[in-house]
Amino acid sequence: MPDVELGVLVQPAAATGLAGSLTSYLFVSALLFLCGLAAILTRRNVLYVLMGVELILNAANLNFVAFGRFGGYGLDGQLTAIFVILLAAAEAAIALAIVLRIFHDFGSIDVTRTDSLRD
Amino acid sequence: MSMLSDPALITMLLLAIVLMPLLAAVLLVFFGRRMGRPDWLATASIGLGAVIALTLFWQVIVRQGDPEWRWASAEHGLSAAWLAIPLMPLHVGLYLDNLSVIMLTMVTVVATCIFAFSQGYMHGDKNYSRFFAYLSYFCFAMLGLVVVDNLLVLFMFWELVGVGSYLLIGFFHDQPEPPRASLKAFMVNRVGDVLFLLGIIAAWQLFGTLNYHELFERLAAGQFAPQAGRAFPWMSDHGLLTLSGVLIFCGAVSKSAQFPLHTWLPDAMAGPTPVSALIHAATMVAAGVFMVGRMYPYFTPEALAVIAGVGALTALLGATMGLVMWDIKKVLAYSTMSQLGFMMLALGVGGWVAGLFHLITHAFFKACLFLGSGSVIHAVHSQDIREMGGLRRKLPVTYTTFVIATLALAGVPCFAGYYSKDQIVANALAWGLTRGAAHWIPFVFAATGAFMTTFYMLRLVFLTFHGEPRDHHRYEHAHESPPVMTVPLMILATVALLGGGTLNPLPHTEDLWFNRLVPTPESAAAVGLRLEGHSEEMEHFEHVLHTQAHYPAVAVSVVAILLGWVLARAMYLRRTLDPAAVSARFGPLHGLIANRYFLDEIQSCYVVGGVMKLNRALAAFDKGVIDGLVNLTALVARALAVVSRLFDSFVIDGLVNFWRGFVRGLSGVLRLLQTGNARDYLTWTLLCVLILAFYLARGLT
Repeated sequence: MPDVELGVLVQPAAATGLAGSLTSYLFVSALLFLCGLAAILTRRNVLYVLMGVELILNAANLNFVAFGRFGGYGLDGQLTAIFVILLAAAEAAIALAIVLRIFHDFGSIDVTRTDSLRD
Repeated sequence: MSMLSDPALITMLLLAIVLMPLLAAVLLVFFGRRMGRPDWLATASIGLGAVIALTLFWQVIVRQGDPEWRWASAEHGLSAAWLAIPLMPLHVGLYLDNLSVIMLTMVTVVATCIFAFSQGYMHGDKNYSRFFAYLSYFCFAMLGLVVVDNLLVLFMFWELVGVGSYLLIGFFHDQPEPPRASLKAFMVNRVGDVLFLLGIIAAWQLFGTLNYHELFERLAAGQFAPQAGRAFPWMSDHGLLTLSGVLIFCGAVSKSAQFPLHTWLPDAMAGPTPVSALIHAATMVAAGVFMVGRMYPYFTPEALAVIAGVGALTALLGATMGLVMWDIKKVLAYSTMSQLGFMMLALGVGGWVAGLFHLITHAFFKACLFLGSGSVIHAVHSQDIREMGGLRRKLPVTYTTFVIATLALAGVPCFAGYYSKDQIVANALAWGLTRGAAHWIPFVFAATGAFMTTFYMLRLVFLTFHGEPRDHHRYEHAHESPPVMTVPLMILATVALLGGGTLNPLPHTEDLWFNRLVPTPESAAAVGLRLEGHSEEMEHFEHVLHTQAHYPAVAVSVVAILLGWVLARAMYLRRTLDPAAVSARFGPLHGLIANRYFLDEIQSCYVVGGVMKLNRALAAFDKGVIDGLVNLTALVARALAVVSRLFDSFVIDGLVNFWRGFVRGLSGVLRLLQTGNARDYLTWTLLCVLILAFYLARGLT
C-alpha cells in the first residue's frame, strides 16, 4: 500500500468526493467490517454471529476488489475475492454443522453458554 | 620331593591348609542347610589339609639328615606388610619350621578323625550343618595360630580360637548348662588373654618388634629399648623381661587350663563330645603349650621357674580331681588338665622337647579317649560311669581302642605316651638333682601325678567296661557304633600305640623321632642378659639328665604305673578294697577333692562376686552421672529444638505462606479473564489490536 495513508481512511466521505475513489470503497468496506464485528460481539444467537462473519469476509472481498481495481495489480485482487467467496461457502457449511453440534450439546445456540473452553 | 624347596609353593600349600576350612565354614554357614551332605564338605576341606600336612611332614622325615636343608621361610620370610603404621610397621607372615609342620600334621589328622566321628555322633541333630561350620571355623583359627610368624597375629588367632570354643561349647543352646559353660569358658579366658596382651605390649616396648625371629635375635644381642621410654622405667631389663614372660605365660594359663584358671575346662564338657575331643583335648588347650614352646627362648630362668611351678601344681591338682569324678567326660577333662600341667612343667624345667613331644602324643590318645567316651555315651545315653559296667562285650572296638589309649596315657612302656611322659619325669628329676631343695617339687608332683593318672584311668576303664552291668536297661540297648565312628578310633589308637616311633622300652632320647626333628632352641634370654654360668648350668643339666635321671625316671614311672594298677584292680575290679570305705577314711580330703578344692566357689564368690559388686557400683555411677549428663544434654537439645521450631513455623513458614497467598491473589485476578467464552477472547484481541494499531499509527506519524 505505497500511496495509501491511514489518515485517509478516517477522513469523512464528504470531504474527498466519494464516487470513483479508492477511499470511498475502503470506507464502505470499513463500515461493513464494523457491522460484522458488532454482530459478532453483541449478538447471542450463533446464526447472527455467522452472519457477522460473512459481513467481515465480504468487507475483505471489497478491499481485494478495490485494490485490484485501483492498485495496478492486474486481476489478482478479483481472483482472490472469488476464492474467498468459495471459502465462505465452505466455511458456512462447516459452521452450520458446528451450530448443529452446539445445539445438540448445549441445548441452545446461545454463544454465551458455550463456555467450556475455560475448563 | 625337591619341588617342596620352592618357597612360593610352600606358601601356597600353607595358605591352602589354613584357608580351606575357613572356606568350608563360610559355605556351610550360608548354604549348609540346602546341602545334601554338609559334613562331607567340612571333612574334605580338613582331610585335604591333612594330606598336605602329611606331605610336608614326610618332607621333614626324608630331609632330616641333610644339615644344609632348612625350611625356606626361615630365610626368605614369607611375610607381607599388614599395618603400615609409621614407627611400628606390622608384618604378617608365615613361619614354618619342623615344629609347625608337626603341629599342622597333628591338628589336621586329629581333626579329620574327629570330623568323621562327628558324622556318626551328631547324626540327626537339627543344627547338623552349623556344627560342621563351627568345627571348620575352629580348625581355621587353630591352624592359623600354628603358622603365623608374630605374636600379635598369634594373639588374633588366639582370640578366634576362643570364639570358636565359645560357639562349640554352647552348641546345644536350648539346654540350660551349655550356654552358661560357654560363657564361663569365654570369661575365664578373657582374664588370661588380657594379661597375655599386656605381656605382648611389654615385649613390644622392650624390643620394638613382635616377629618371633627378630624378637629372639634382638633379645640374644641384648638390644633392649632404652629404659626411660618404657612403662616401668625403674624396672631392670631382666625384671621387665621376666614380667613380660610371666604375663605371656598367663595367656597360656587360661587357654591351657592351668591352675588357677582351669575351672572352665570341666564345665566345657557340656559341649558335644567331638568338640571336647577336638578343642578340649587335642588342639585349643594345646595352643597354650605350643605358644609357650614357641616363645621358649624369650623366658628368663625365673619365668621358667614360675611355669614349672604352675605346671607341677596343675598336674597334681588335675590328677587328684580326676580320681573322684563320676562323669566319664569330667574324668577325662581333669586328666587333660593334669597332662597339660605335665607339659608346662616340662617346658618350665627345660624339657622343651619332652613337653612338646607330649603335646603331640597326648593329642592323639586323648582325642581317642574322648571319642571313645563319645562312642560309649552314644551307646548308653548316659555320662555317669555308675550306670555303665560290662560294656566291653557290647562295644568291643571302642573297648580295645579305649584301653590302648588309656595305656598310652598312663605311660606304659612301648606306648606313645611312655616316651614323652618318661622324658618329662626325667627332666623334672634332673632339675631336682641339679638344683635341689624346692626344685624337687615338680618331680614329686609329676611322679605322684603319674601314679594317679594310671589309677583314675584304670578306674574309668574298669567301671565302664568291666564287671557286671549296673544298669541293665541301658546295657541291653547298647550297641557298637557305626564304622564312621569306629574307624577314626582305630586310626587314633594306632597312633597312640606307635606314635613313639619305636617299640624299644629303653631308647636313647636322641633316637626318638621328635628329639631328632625338633632340637631345643637356645635360651635367647640367658644370652641377651649375659647370665653368669647359665650355659655351664645347662650343660650340667643335660649331663645329669642323660647319666643320672633317665633310668631312675623310667623306674619311677613303672613303679607308679604298677601301684596305680594294683590299687585300681583291688578297688574296682576285685572289690577287695571298698572304694566307699577308702573315701570315708580320707573323709575331709575326699570332700575337698570331690568339691574340686572349692575353687569354683572361691572364684564365683570372691572374683565374680567382687566383679559384680564393682559392676553394681559402676551401674550406679552410670545411672547417676553418665545418664544424668546424657539427660541434661537431651534437655538442652530439646529446648533448642523448641526455639528452632518456633522460628521455623513463624519465619520460614510465614515467608512461604506469604508468597503462596501473593501468587494465589494474582492468579485470582488473572482467572477472571479466562471466561471460556470465545466472544470475550475476541473482544480482548480486538482491544489489543486497537492498542497496537494506536501505537503503530503514532509511530507512522
